[in-house]
Amino acid sequence: MTIVTAAPPPESPGAGVEVRGGPASEAIPTSLLFLGRALRTLWSNRKARVGLCIIGFDILIAICAPLIAPHSPTATTFTPYSGPTATNWLGTTGNGQDVFSQMIYGSRITLMVGLAAGALATLVAVTMGLVAGYRPGPVDEVLSFITNLALVIPGLPLMIILAAYLQGRSIWTIVLVVAFTSWATGARVIRSQATTLRSREYVTAAVFSGERLFRIVFREILPNMTSLVAASFFGAATAAILAEASLEFLGLGNPSTVSWGTILYFAQQQNALLTGQWVLVFAPGLAIALLAVSFTLVNFGVDALSNPRLREKS
Amino acid sequence: MTVLLEARGVNVVYEPVRGVRIWSVRDVDLTLEQGEFVGLVGESGCGKSTLAFALTRMLRPPARLDGGAIKFDGVDIATVEGEALRRQRRNGFALVLQSGMNALNPVRTVEHHLGDVLKAHARKGERFSAGAVRRRGAELIDMVRLPESVLYRFPHELSGGMRQRVSIALALSLQPRFIVFDEPTTALDVIVQGAVMQTIKDLQRDQGFTAMLISHDLGVVLEATDRVVVMYAGRIVEGQPSKALLRGAHHPYTEALLGCYADPRADEVRLGEISGALPDLSLPNTGCPFEPRCRLAEAVCAEQMPPLSPLGEGTAACHVRAREVGATVEMRSVG
Amino acid sequence: MSADGDVPAEPALVGNGDRRLTVASSVPPLVVSGVSKIYANRLRSEKAVTAVDDVSFTIAPGAAVALVGASGSGKSTLAKMITGSERPTAGSITFGDLAVERLRRNALRRFHGRVQIIFQDPYGALNPLHTVGYAVMRPCENFLDMSPREAMGRVHELLETVGLTPPTQYAAKLPHQLSGGQRQRVVIARALACNPELIVADEPVSMLDVSLRAGVLRLLAKFREERGLSLLYITHDLLGARVVSDEIIVLNRGRIVEQGRTKQVLQHPRDSYTVQLLNAVANPFAAGDGARPSPEALPARPPAEPAV
Repeated sequence: MTIVTAAPPPESPGAGVEVRGGPASEAIPTSLLFLGRALRTLWSNRKARVGLCIIGFDILIAICAPLIAPHSPTATTFTPYSGPTATNWLGTTGNGQDVFSQMIYGSRITLMVGLAAGALATLVAVTMGLVAGYRPGPVDEVLSFITNLALVIPGLPLMIILAAYLQGRSIWTIVLVVAFTSWATGARVIRSQATTLRSREYVTAAVFSGERLFRIVFREILPNMTSLVAASFFGAATAAILAEASLEFLGLGNPSTVSWGTILYFAQQQNALLTGQWVLVFAPGLAIALLAVSFTLVNFGVDALSNPRLREKS
Repeated sequence: MTVLLEARGVNVVYEPVRGVRIWSVRDVDLTLEQGEFVGLVGESGCGKSTLAFALTRMLRPPARLDGGAIKFDGVDIATVEGEALRRQRRNGFALVLQSGMNALNPVRTVEHHLGDVLKAHARKGERFSAGAVRRRGAELIDMVRLPESVLYRFPHELSGGMRQRVSIALALSLQPRFIVFDEPTTALDVIVQGAVMQTIKDLQRDQGFTAMLISHDLGVVLEATDRVVVMYAGRIVEGQPSKALLRGAHHPYTEALLGCYADPRADEVRLGEISGALPDLSLPNTGCPFEPRCRLAEAVCAEQMPPLSPLGEGTAACHVRAREVGATVEMRSVG
Repeated sequence: MSADGDVPAEPALVGNGDRRLTVASSVPPLVVSGVSKIYANRLRSEKAVTAVDDVSFTIAPGAAVALVGASGSGKSTLAKMITGSERPTAGSITFGDLAVERLRRNALRRFHGRVQIIFQDPYGALNPLHTVGYAVMRPCENFLDMSPREAMGRVHELLETVGLTPPTQYAAKLPHQLSGGQRQRVVIARALACNPELIVADEPVSMLDVSLRAGVLRLLAKFREERGLSLLYITHDLLGARVVSDEIIVLNRGRIVEQGRTKQVLQHPRDSYTVQLLNAVANPFAAGDGARPSPEALPARPPAEPAV
């Protein structure tokens, strides 16, 4: 992830020339325009495009699950341990549940946990990073110490311990646990970028324009870090998806819910490989891996957002 | 005098993925003689750096050479690629950029940078021992008026002016025949600027390479060079020997540029400016590009592109001035 | 004939020393007294760096003072201390009856409404994500308590005064759509938005093309004369200092080596450092026979005649 520090850009031909901007650009709020432009840039990057397609596909499946899945994922009405048949395209589990339906419904939990935990982790990372980065001094020292501590403690073992001891194994427990163990990396990166940005002249200019701290941090500094925050989010989401799958697989999640991780858990419990039901292992495993990879692919595109030189011509 | 570089009809177009096409250099003819020190002057965005990059084959997408012939030592270099281009770069030309001092690897000493350059361009079978690099390094560092200890320093231990001198030394290391200095002193402290420019001037005189100095600062260029070429909106509008330009410019743009300089010690100081901005480079020109800002502009100026015609001791592209000279000549021959 | 009506015949900026203000200035004087700034080096056991060493001077109400020196002379540090961005290690800075070095938080904020700064780098001084209108509007909303609509009206006025017309079009632009000279004008408009009493201009034209400098300097001079505000012009370029200021202070390694009326000091410099700075001004004409041909005296140009 390159953090581009500013040098005055060379005068590009065309700067200063009258831009024939139509009236439309004044009607649409700048934030939407920004988002539209960002999506277009992401789309133009080949790797990001693949990533976006996979994510989009998974989201679509998750939303339309009741429409697509042929059966209920929890109904134990089928012959257990059977291979792929006409009714059960991917076979059945040891409890007689349709694997295909489980895969479809499972996308919901996996996606939700991944995105929610990723978002929560990023939120914490941004808050910690911005506050620490903007004001040098005791606040920065304390927050940096906490961040470094969180970085040093191994994530997976901590996650396992937390999940094992927390009462009430709801999905939100998992979200919290995952977010709690993955905010630190983002915080570190965001803090160092905030430190760079706070000494930019336009931040000093904002101070001279009478802006207050809150506005400076959230309207001057943060918008210039969006690609960093986005990259952080996608990174955290990747980690969250894998973490959720790990927790479920280890049985520390909530086995009554249906997610790709729980399919793996039951597959392991029911010795799927021994009974020749390799689909039970490969289907969720591949799906998890693909989703995780897709977030990483999108990150390539986010890199291009912040560094125009990486933008591909397509 | 032998001709080193001859460019005819050079056009450079800038084609960004999103956005309009812009012609940054249009229809430029330029001849450089061996051992000359030429200055290329114009405001930001006029295409001077782009032209120099085009001449030295340093253009990168989305900028592209769009037609035109460039002959270096009689050889057409506009179309060479690969190994032939590398050979050309080896002892053909070198570049010193404004940010050259920032192009040094912060974790390597100056000596290492030098070794890099020498080894990268070594001919087949040529080897550079550490001793050879050091000797050549000492030679070059001395040429740019720096003490030998600089060879063993890291870039952050040197000041901006010293780092710029190091990049000049690196440019000299392969004994190029042609060096382009693109705003070499603009980013430096004002007092150091003078010293570095003097070093460049002395080097050019002593070593005899052909040099091109690019700057938006006509004053700096007039002090250092033999001949000045003025660019505006991608075209050459005037070319004169520096001493002649000091006595008076012919093109109204050059005249206006000269008016931006004054002696702060004089009793009365007049400082001129040129209001307005460069024309839209995405549109083809009809007529003289300077016309909207020109105080001499006439009807013909907006309609016809003035050709570069001989004026004074060089050339200038101005309808009004060319006509005046013609009238003077006529008057003389009649009277 | 030439289209005189279309081309604005720019009168050249004239710097002759005394400038009469068109309004009496109500700005309090800025007194810098015995100010020093020492940067202690905690990491390595190197000596501490003295950026500013016992500097004292006064900016009279409505005066234009130039602070000149090469980089490292301490002028930027002094600018930061005067505008309250840094605190002096010793000495005091007073603006009227306000002790600048003791201002904190809200008082400092209010101070910014009275003392503004113009930066050197037109590319860095504007947030690349905000429009011109937003940037110039914020001081109006913060210091003048204007509603967004009122503020935008003032923005248009200001953009017009700095020569960016039509103002509605420029207000919607983003910095990367403007040239360096245009950006600097926006920075000036923003600095003037809150009706400051003192403007500290830190090398406002050094990153601009030579052909653009006089225009920007003319703006500064005009505003100073029309509104009676005080101006501290910081530069290494003596030509700009000559054209804009009445008084000049020469700084070398944090110490004042010479000061006085600008024309006087430049014509009769007493310190060798001043002479060095004078020699560094790129002036091709001084190298030659000294006499510079004025545009009227250029040879081979018959007087303008109607086309035959």
